Amino acid sequence: MNGVHDMGGMHGHGPVAPEDEKHEPLWHAPWEARMLGITRSMTFPKGFNIDRFRHIRELMPPHLYLARSYYDHWYAVCVAALLNGGLATKDEIKSGHAAAGSAKRNDAARADQVWASQKSQGVFTRKVETPPLFAIGQRVRARNINPTEHTRVPRYVRGKVGVVQLHHGGHVFPDTNAHLQGEAPQHLYTVVFSARELWGEDASARDEICADLWESYLDPA
Amino acid sequence: MTQHSHAHDHDHDLAHHHDIHSELPSDPALRVKALESLLTEKGLVDPAAIDAWIEVYESKIGPRNGAKVVAKAWVDPAYKERLLRDGSNAIHELDFHGRQGQHIVAVENTPDVHNLVVCTLCSCYPLSVLGLPPAWYKSAPYRSRAVIDPRGVLKEFGLELPDHVKIRVWDSTAEIRYLVLPERPAGTERLSEEQLAALVTRDSMIGVGKVAAK
Repeated sequence: MNGVHDMGGMHGHGPVAPEDEKHEPLWHAPWEARMLGITRSMTFPKGFNIDRFRHIRELMPPHLYLARSYYDHWYAVCVAALLNGGLATKDEIKSGHAAAGSAKRNDAARADQVWASQKSQGVFTRKVETPPLFAIGQRVRARNINPTEHTRVPRYVRGKVGVVQLHHGGHVFPDTNAHLQGEAPQHLYTVVFSARELWGEDASARDEICADLWESYLDPA
Repeated sequence: MTQHSHAHDHDHDLAHHHDIHSELPSDPALRVKALESLLTEKGLVDPAAIDAWIEVYESKIGPRNGAKVVAKAWVDPAYKERLLRDGSNAIHELDFHGRQGQHIVAVENTPDVHNLVVCTLCSCYPLSVLGLPPAWYKSAPYRSRAVIDPRGVLKEFGLELPDHVKIRVWDSTAEIRYLVLPERPAGTERLSEEQLAALVTRDSMIGVGKVAAK
């Protein structure tokens, strides 16, 4: 979707405000730590996945997306996922208490499972039966597509020509996975674009921007 | 109803669920506290597991992991070769695994090429080697400008690169995570691997800084 989350190339957000890394706190408030722990350990609806998490974040109304801080986005995603999955009601979220007589589960992730979960999660490579359509060094054009659903092809590369730099094999396809329509793995490539191809003649003649793009985002050029 | 339009309707509800925010307190501390109480009552979360996750990021996973990778690559040419060819496995050799770190590409800074990492679409970051991302990495100014004005962004970090240096920006749009292998500073020839690791900053592994010999 062409949402507020797709920020690459926007103007008007002001300068970056770096904090000195030696003195920067890990959390800027205690609730941020709690929200991270909740997100990592809570029971999500069946089939939930990281692409769906990202998509729900993109669906935040733009004014909230811009006004709220990072871990507050996670709060919004968790609440929307709980409501959508029927795991909690609006009244329960508002009150902070379970409705009288509601079911209590006993399958929440335990503290002693946390480290094993951290070490084992996060493999997105999958076998793809078809050979890759593109070879390293080949010129490709990112398709000018504007799906209203989840996608990971940023607006700023659509219609632009780049060169395949890396081939990563088959990877879970977010555009279907976010909508619980299956992992539908595709070949994934890193495509390098010149700054001038993306931003015009005023950009540096040397600089380059790489994006990771799935096969169905690309055409030969 | 087709499967596709059914999913579409379901996801329309998903957007609608964000409407609840107008009925909730604005202070996130209050909302998060209420959420934790609710989930605990319903058996959807175990507060001890929340504590354990916080502990993981406070003491087990952080930029010291990435600094060990960098220092090893500086002193061991065979390791550096493996790291640049197959970052994931070279990093797994040091027992750094897990979320946002199973697929890592290491990119080398040289006198002619400077690499910079961003995630314009969300805030993807190589957690297993760098820990949690700093607030600025997740902010709209960095996400919007790193790809269109990398030289301007680097200046805000106090890093001005000469025109002959090529900047290569890596936008983490998939599950590949990028780790910058910074240049080893001159004058560090006699330092041990451990002493070198102590010099490596988080910012240098994102590409917004260089490593200084101190």
